Formats: sequence, structure tokens, C-alpha cells
Amino acid sequence: MQERSTRPHSLKDTVTHYCPGCGHGIAHRLLAESIDELGIAERTIGIAPVGCAVWAYYYLDFDMVEVAHGRAPAVATGLKRARPDTVVFSYQGDGDLASIGTAEIIHAANRGERITVIFVNNGVYGMTSGQMAPTTLVGQKTSTTPLGRDPQVAGYPMHVCELLSQLRGCVYAARAALSSPANIRTAKKYILRALGTQLDELGFSIVELLSPCPTYWRMEPAQAMEHINEHVVAEFPLGEIKTPDSGEAEGIGAGAGAEATLCVRS
Amino acid sequence: MKVKAASAQLFSGNEALGEAAIRAGCDCYYGYPITPQNELTAYMSARMPEEGRVFLQAESELAAINMVFGSSSCGMRAMTSSSSPGISLKQEGISYLAGAELPAVIVNIARGGPGLGNISGAQGDYWQAVKGGGHGDYRTPVLAPASVQETVDLTGLAFDLADRYRTPVLILGDGYLGQMMEPVTFGDLSPASDLPAKDWALSGASGRPARLIRSLFMEGDSLEEHNLMLLERYKLIEEKETRWEGVDADGADVVMVAYGIPARICRSVIAEGAKRGMKLGMIRPISLWPFPAEPIRRAAERVKGVLVVEMSTGQMVEDVRLSVEGRCPVGLYGRTGGRLPKTDVILEECAKLAGK
Amino acid sequence: MAKGEIAKFDFERCKGCRLCIAHCPKGALAVSEVPNAKGHFPVVMADASKCTGCGICALVCPDCGITFVCVAAAEEEAKK
Repeated sequence: MQERSTRPHSLKDTVTHYCPGCGHGIAHRLLAESIDELGIAERTIGIAPVGCAVWAYYYLDFDMVEVAHGRAPAVATGLKRARPDTVVFSYQGDGDLASIGTAEIIHAANRGERITVIFVNNGVYGMTSGQMAPTTLVGQKTSTTPLGRDPQVAGYPMHVCELLSQLRGCVYAARAALSSPANIRTAKKYILRALGTQLDELGFSIVELLSPCPTYWRMEPAQAMEHINEHVVAEFPLGEIKTPDSGEAEGIGAGAGAEATLCVRS
Repeated sequence: MKVKAASAQLFSGNEALGEAAIRAGCDCYYGYPITPQNELTAYMSARMPEEGRVFLQAESELAAINMVFGSSSCGMRAMTSSSSPGISLKQEGISYLAGAELPAVIVNIARGGPGLGNISGAQGDYWQAVKGGGHGDYRTPVLAPASVQETVDLTGLAFDLADRYRTPVLILGDGYLGQMMEPVTFGDLSPASDLPAKDWALSGASGRPARLIRSLFMEGDSLEEHNLMLLERYKLIEEKETRWEGVDADGADVVMVAYGIPARICRSVIAEGAKRGMKLGMIRPISLWPFPAEPIRRAAERVKGVLVVEMSTGQMVEDVRLSVEGRCPVGLYGRTGGRLPKTDVILEECAKLAGK
Repeated sequence: MAKGEIAKFDFERCKGCRLCIAHCPKGALAVSEVPNAKGHFPVVMADASKCTGCGICALVCPDCGITFVCVAAAEEEAKK
């Protein structure tokens, strides 16, 4: 019987270690599909974070490198500056990107590094058992906010896309949600557009994906998706926060004059 | 900025190191401002683009070492430099480089510490350099030049060692060395011809299976196996890459052990000692790891004492004591805070050991 | 999704997250009463006649646990 697989070529057949209903599986698939559709798999280098997706390299079939917590944008800079002919993506969770990695993400964006960041925002630290993250909602209970996040103590959820969109080097910042069929289709559109800005050498791109964490939200997977639609989106509005067409992107950043810094070893 | 190849030119340690790195084929340099190595970063900012190489001032020393990690991952010769507090920030990255078997050159133009310390040259980073600094079961080859010329030569060596053994390599200088000006010649610093191919480097999996660079080994005994594999490599490095210089060590009553700038001061003490009827010698480690335990042990069998002279409150002295293994007394003249050891004090300490 | 296709569920791969059931517009799916080798209770096609091959299940599935087969072949398989 002829079967049509729904697994993209660049996603390995390996069953993932992610929890049932975790958004990582969907995000990985969308990223792999997008890279395959753009025909760039053979020149892609991906960076795996510290977090639940530390083993992303077991699933994504690209040249991959696993790096220290939060440092992916700096490693991406080192990769892309050395090999401007490659397509570089980093795949990071909210603790990795918005907590320990705040300096790295801001400066990579500020320099307009020609990289694409997939930012999986599930509002908790999953791998280490559900601690508060910079994007945890006010009142959300986590293992380090047992009474719910109190903004007087821990501040308010951090809006990464909006933050980075202030920087000229960031040419594309979009937020989607892995919380419904329609939202998932939109997420893929944004990922394709983000990669497109890298291929056009315009600057830094980021797609933030609101993602369900059924385990540490203590919800069933379907309920977790509803939670995103009903509550998370209220805090983190969906949409393309910044695009190259919004008139601010001028093709700046790493690569402008890249001829002088091209450095390729075969 | 024209640099003549053959004849000697006056260069500061910092700038000579930069020029040497470029001639050794450094593809990518990532730096961050910190005294007393700023001239190196500035030199690279001008020279690297001239050569079509990558220069970037990173947002922090931490970012810089991670940029090195990235460039090394795709097969480049990558370097970063800093001074003591910034090297502290790089320790995480150095551990990751070691675990992921990535070549890299890290330069520490050391200053006084701990904390913010001062901006004088000092040798308080010996333990940080040689005993790890970062977490986990690894070793870092450390090279300690004592002159601007040696800085040039060891920079070329550092890149070759890094590529040959797939390891980060640390060049441990200090603020005096970085600032002082001496004549240098740049010989042939191009990569050695027998280095292994970088068939592990990332470039996009075109026409081949995807490659992976990582330092996480969770499955079963895999981390033990990985670390034992690294250990075998470290043993090979110990066997083949231990470097030192002996000055009048044979026949000496007292042997001084010093590296870097204090070694130059000790060298001048030898002649002073002769005037006082003392036969003094020196063993100068050039590689701090692997440490030249063997020549020190041999000397300890003959001499009345060994005097360690270092610009710290005593760090290398422990490795000297381990090497001597009780064969003779080991004295320490340590001067901290970036103050230079004094020749008359060195002489007095030698005299004490010599029983004079 | 191609016409004349219906979804086929990988029993051993499924983690029983039930996102497909929650989003299937036709109510064609159900949870198996027996677990798979990993101890999950996978999703199975309860009523193939309701499946239109819309592909929404595969869109929300985090594990690529769904493939599509042509209706005729699926019916043949079911008869066996």
C-alpha cells in the first residue's frame, strides 16, 4: 500500500524524546519543511540550544552544532561570518534566548547578523523541570513561582520580538502560535519569510513560536493549545511585528561589504 | 600597514602577536576591549580586513569565545584575546571547545588580580590556565613566551597545536610582554604541512551525511569513553609537546624555575650569582601544560635547592614541588600585585638555598 | 492533501497526545483501548468513512505519526 509520508526529508525518522503534545515536534517539522521547500538543506548549519531541544540534532538532518546555554547567537555569528555562503539558524527556548542569552541575541540582532532565529516560547524552563522563564505569565505557577509570578518580585513577561524590532539590524520579527491548524500554517509562512530575509542578505530574522508545554503547564495537550489561544496570545500578540517592507530595513549588518570579510575554506 | 618579511622590526608584544597570528593563517579574530591587550585588538581590527579575514569586536568576552566556537566549528583558524578578568568569562567557552574537540587559540595578556586587580603584568592566572579554569575533565596546552620574538614563534605553534590535536590552546603572556617593544623577525609561520584534514568541520551537508559538533554525551558510558579518548590525546601531547629551556642548569648549585618575564630577570641573576661564587642555573618552562617535570626532577637530584620565582603568591611552585618530589628544598619568591621580582631578593633567596 | 486519501496512524509512534482528535473536524478518530509498546494509548481511526483526508491531524501532530493512503487501498487493507 502506497503511503504518503508527512515527514519532511530533513526531519529524521527518529521518534523524539519530547513529551506528548510538546510544540517542539511541530516546530521542528515546520522548520525542516521550510528549509526543504527553499532547497537550502545542503547549505544549512543549525545550532541546538540547551533546553529540551538540546537533542534537536537527533531529529533535524543538517550539519548541527550544540552550544552553551544562551550563546547560540554568538556561535551563529562566528559561523555566518566565517561561512557567509551557508544558511545559519539557531533554535532556542525562552530561557536560553531571553534569560541567559539576552546579550547575545540583542547584539546579533543589532549587528544585523544574517541568521534566522527560531524562538520557541513556552513560558517555562522545560528541561530542568518547569522553572519560571522571562516569558512566564503573571500569576503563572512554576516550580520557582509556586504562588504564581509576582511582577513586584520577578518583573513582567519579556516581549522579545518587540524588543528586537527596535534594532535596525533586525529586519524581520514575527510571532506565531503552535496552537491551532490555522496558526500553525501561519507559523510556517513566517518561518519561510524569515529564511527568505537571510537568503536575501537583508539582516537578522526571528520567528517567535508560542508553544505548548503540557507537562509543566499541568494540562492536557489540547487544553494547552487552548490556553495559548485564550491567555498566552493576550500577552504576546501574534503577527509580523517587523518586516523588511516596513521601510526600516536597508540591507545593513553583517554582509554589507561582506566581500571584504569573506572567509571560506573548502 | 606595511610589514617587511625578512629583517628585524621593532614591535610591541601585543602587535607582534597579532601579526604572527595573521601570518599563521588566523581566519577569524573576535575581541573585546580590556587593558593591557587593547593594542592587539586594535591591530587586528585594521589588519584582518586588509587580509580579507574576519574581525569583530564582540559584545563581551563571553560572546567572543562563542564566536570563536562558531568559526572553529566550520574549520576556521579562530582566535580571541583578553586579559585575566575576561579570561575568567571565557572559561565556559574553553571547556565547551575542549569537550567538542574544537581547535582555537586564546590569548591571555595577564594582569593583576583577583577581581578588577590592576593593569600591570602579573602571573596570577597560572592555575586558571593550567589547572582547568573551566569545568570538567580536560587539559589545555599553555604556551608561555618570555620575549616578543618568542611570542611570535609560539603564536604560530599555538595554531598548529590546536589543529593537530583538535584542542583549544592558551598563550599566556602578561602586560609587560604585551607592552614592551623588541626587534622581531617573522619567519615562516604558515600552517605545518602535516596537519590532519578537518573532515569534521560544518559547511552544510552537501553530498555527504550531516555532521555534528557537540560536547553532550548522555548515553551510558559515552562520556567516560569520550574523556578517556581525550586523555589519550593529552598523553600524546605530554609526550611530544613539552617545551622548556635550560640555562646553565647542569652543574648549578641552585636552579631557578621561572616563566615569562620573571625568567628574564632570573637569567640576569645568574651572572650576579657567579660574582658571589654561586653557580646558578635556570629551567624555564615554555609549555606550562604539559609541564616540564622531567628536567626539573633531574635537576633536583643534583642541586642544593630549587627557587621558584613567579609574579603571584605561589601557583607554579606547586607543580615544581610535584616535579621535585622531595628530592631537594623548594623555595618560593613570589611577588604579587603586578610588581616585578627584584634581582637582589632573588639572589638572596638563592644564597639561602645554597647555604651561603 | 490529495483527494481520495485518508489518514493512517502509526500505532507504535503515537504518544497519545490526542491533538489530532481535538482538531479533527469530522470526529473520525478515537483513542485505542490497548496501549502500544511504550505504554501510550495511541489514536486510531475510528470511522474511516468520516475521514476526508483534510490533513489537519498531520498538521497538529508533533510526531509525524500520520501518513496518508489512498481510500481504495485502505479499504483493501481493512478487509484483510
